[in-house]
Amino acid sequence: MISLPEPKPAVMARRAEIVAGLQALVPGDGVISEAVRLKPYETDGLSAYRQPPLAVVLPTTTEQVAAVLAYCHANGVRVVPRGAGTSLSGGALPLADAVVLGLMRMNHILEVDYANRLAVVEAGVTNLGITNHVAADGFFYAPDPSSQLACMIGGNVNMNSGGAHCLKYGVTANNLLGLKLVTIEGEIFEVGGRYLDAAGYDWLGLLTGSEGQLAVITEVTVRILHSPEGQRAMLAAFTSNEIAGEAVDAIIASGIIPVALEFMDRPAIHACEAFAHAGYPLDAEAMLIIEVEGSTAEQDMLLGRLKEICERFAPISLKVAETAEQSLAIWKGRKGAFGAVGRISPDYLCMDGTIPTGQLPFVLKRIGEMSASYGLQVANIFHAGDGNLHPLIMFDANDPKSFHDAEQFGADILTLCVEVGGCLTGEHGVGVEKRDLMPVQFTPFELDQMRAVKAAFDPDWLLNPAKVFPLEGNAAFQTAA
Amino acid sequence: MSETLLPADEPAVAAAIAAAAAAGEPLAIEGRGTKRALLRPVQAARTLSLRKLSGITLYRPQELILSAWAGTPLPEIEAALAERGQQVVAEPPDLTALFGATEAATIGGLVATNLSGPRRITAGAMRDHVMGIRAMNGLGEVFRSGGRVLKNVTGLDLCKLLAGSHGTLGVITEVTLKVLPAAPATGTVAVRVADLTAAVRVLSAGLGSPYGVSGAAVLPGEHPLAVLRLEEFPESIAYRAGRLRDALAGMGEVSVIEDAESRALWRRVRDAEPLEAAPEEAIWRVSVQPTAGPGVVAALGFGKSLLDWGGGLVWLAGPATAETHAAVMAAAAAAGGSFTLFRGPEALRAAVAVLPEEPAALAAIGRRVKAVMDPRGVLNPGRMRAAG
Repeated sequence: MISLPEPKPAVMARRAEIVAGLQALVPGDGVISEAVRLKPYETDGLSAYRQPPLAVVLPTTTEQVAAVLAYCHANGVRVVPRGAGTSLSGGALPLADAVVLGLMRMNHILEVDYANRLAVVEAGVTNLGITNHVAADGFFYAPDPSSQLACMIGGNVNMNSGGAHCLKYGVTANNLLGLKLVTIEGEIFEVGGRYLDAAGYDWLGLLTGSEGQLAVITEVTVRILHSPEGQRAMLAAFTSNEIAGEAVDAIIASGIIPVALEFMDRPAIHACEAFAHAGYPLDAEAMLIIEVEGSTAEQDMLLGRLKEICERFAPISLKVAETAEQSLAIWKGRKGAFGAVGRISPDYLCMDGTIPTGQLPFVLKRIGEMSASYGLQVANIFHAGDGNLHPLIMFDANDPKSFHDAEQFGADILTLCVEVGGCLTGEHGVGVEKRDLMPVQFTPFELDQMRAVKAAFDPDWLLNPAKVFPLEGNAAFQTAA
Repeated sequence: MSETLLPADEPAVAAAIAAAAAAGEPLAIEGRGTKRALLRPVQAARTLSLRKLSGITLYRPQELILSAWAGTPLPEIEAALAERGQQVVAEPPDLTALFGATEAATIGGLVATNLSGPRRITAGAMRDHVMGIRAMNGLGEVFRSGGRVLKNVTGLDLCKLLAGSHGTLGVITEVTLKVLPAAPATGTVAVRVADLTAAVRVLSAGLGSPYGVSGAAVLPGEHPLAVLRLEEFPESIAYRAGRLRDALAGMGEVSVIEDAESRALWRRVRDAEPLEAAPEEAIWRVSVQPTAGPGVVAALGFGKSLLDWGGGLVWLAGPATAETHAAVMAAAAAAGGSFTLFRGPEALRAAVAVLPEEPAALAAIGRRVKAVMDPRGVLNPGRMRAAG
């Protein structure tokens, strides 16, 4: 279990006064303090960790956010920003003495500008909400994390979220123009704007992926793109992870960058097939889903070349979708992967390391050995083009040993990712989940340099505390014994 | 510039910076010094050059990753990539002619200045493809950020903080880039129009189409030429150019520029050649929302401009005076955008704000970040702003 800092006694003792202070700033039903109504906010997508906060405040304007932050700053109250609460790394996990600052009521699309290909939206607009709003005009917002139906753009910016299509379209950082933010002191400011590459320090780049450590984001100016004429997928299944990995190398070497290039191992294929009946080959050890874009003729040309490449690696199954429906069928199993694993196991941890793609066969072999030694099943889904690996570790949360082993197994996988030249997290963020593994990837000085930048924004460590950086050696926190 | 330090490896760079910090003696940080005339003159008696820290340290074409020491000349990297059919994604400009430099820019300098070419509009900026760095702070303490993989959100992204900080927050010693296959073919659809506003309408139509336009610029002239680039497999170039031609036919006289000529044209746009700046003229880069580009040009009444990035990047050349600079600042502000005094005589660059002022809250954070990255203030003092 990951330790959280001791609540500040002075803050806990003043709870009623703090709730009243917040109610004065966000009137109506904007402050939640009853235990039963705090329950939905006690956890996020990392549901093994639960902690009710001191209170929840739900502002509707940037000015209210500024007032809340100025109040919390003046009173030494910790603040945990929250969007939809879909973080898989515990990025929105409350602390007992913290106010959860929920942005979900700031859910308006303020402007769409097709000539300049941008949209200005509030932080609580969902990822898919942006695309749905502009789809009728042929446009979309490119990053597509699997939680896109629920997750909010403010959270996407804070985690620099990716998705299955970022091989072609980039991650959140590559699709932003500007932010409106509030400092912990309650100062409102903007970075970037409606144009590319503001001169001066790249605040937009630093703030993207900063996990709520630096400031609270209230508005986002995103780039929107015109949709391609069409897209279609193919499926290729192979007799070993090594051979599938060689096929991936050959595809990249051919000069074709597919819009998506997904890899599933044998346990993932079986779990998804049992759940979705997508027609996946159950005798395969590894399977690729490859998607291309363009006109029908262009899709035919690219899929034809990809088929030729895959045929060099003696596939045991090769299906090229001929229609949009067949394409959806190929994706159906992959898109239901989390549900599929949830069906065969009471609980699972979704890990998120990145590795150099050439290391995939070795890493999958080692994960298989670890799986046997821990006695826990694992299914691996992999964004093969960019090396982002998602092992789903199956366990039973009602069994403390099973949970402990699953966490340790996950830590072993992420340590392995770093050892082979990769990193702890490709798109889910460090949060609390990977906080104590940070020394595996960074030297003590590297952590201190990042902490110093954090403290330049938030000297009292009030913003989303106890996440990202290990607590040890940080005078801002006293940890529970 | 009296003395230039030429450390040959990373520990020597660190030692030189640590010594400068201990003595409180500022350093001008540069690669090969090709962009000394960019932004403000540095207030330092000595220069630290990274030119001897040169060479590609890792290249994995199948993993789309290349690492090189910061002082590696860009042409050396481009040549290695070209052998495997790959390229530097952001298409950084070659500004040797513009700055009167005698040698090629280094990869470290291009990252530190975050300079991107026409492809920026669809493929991202130089900083977007920096997957990792080795660097040191103003005390000579070495740190890494990012790594050598394509997707990484572990910890604060200090790569982004250093990219575009012009050597004022840290000294980059090694860069790891995401690279991509170069398209086998290119072509350009060109539309002759009456004025810049009509030209940007053409660019917006092209960039708002499903055809994957990878460059969108306006060549200046009495009747400006709006140009839209495609980079694809040859079959797709023919198809997409045809579709664009049909879609834009009502907006002006349309022509298609074939592969070799198209490549030459975009090299010229990348390097700002169509601007035709005279040696004595100052050059500005203004970034605004694309539809505001023509208004910036009109407000200034210059004869010399070049629009790239769909109209949002406005290159301007004009008299190197404080009055002209004030007019550019005002036009950028009125359009809600950003500006850089990109080239000018030293006296002008020392006298004016070469970048926009930041809001007070952000400027205060900037001073604190500078203080934690470079506590003794020895890295490129005065480069970006008069104070720091």
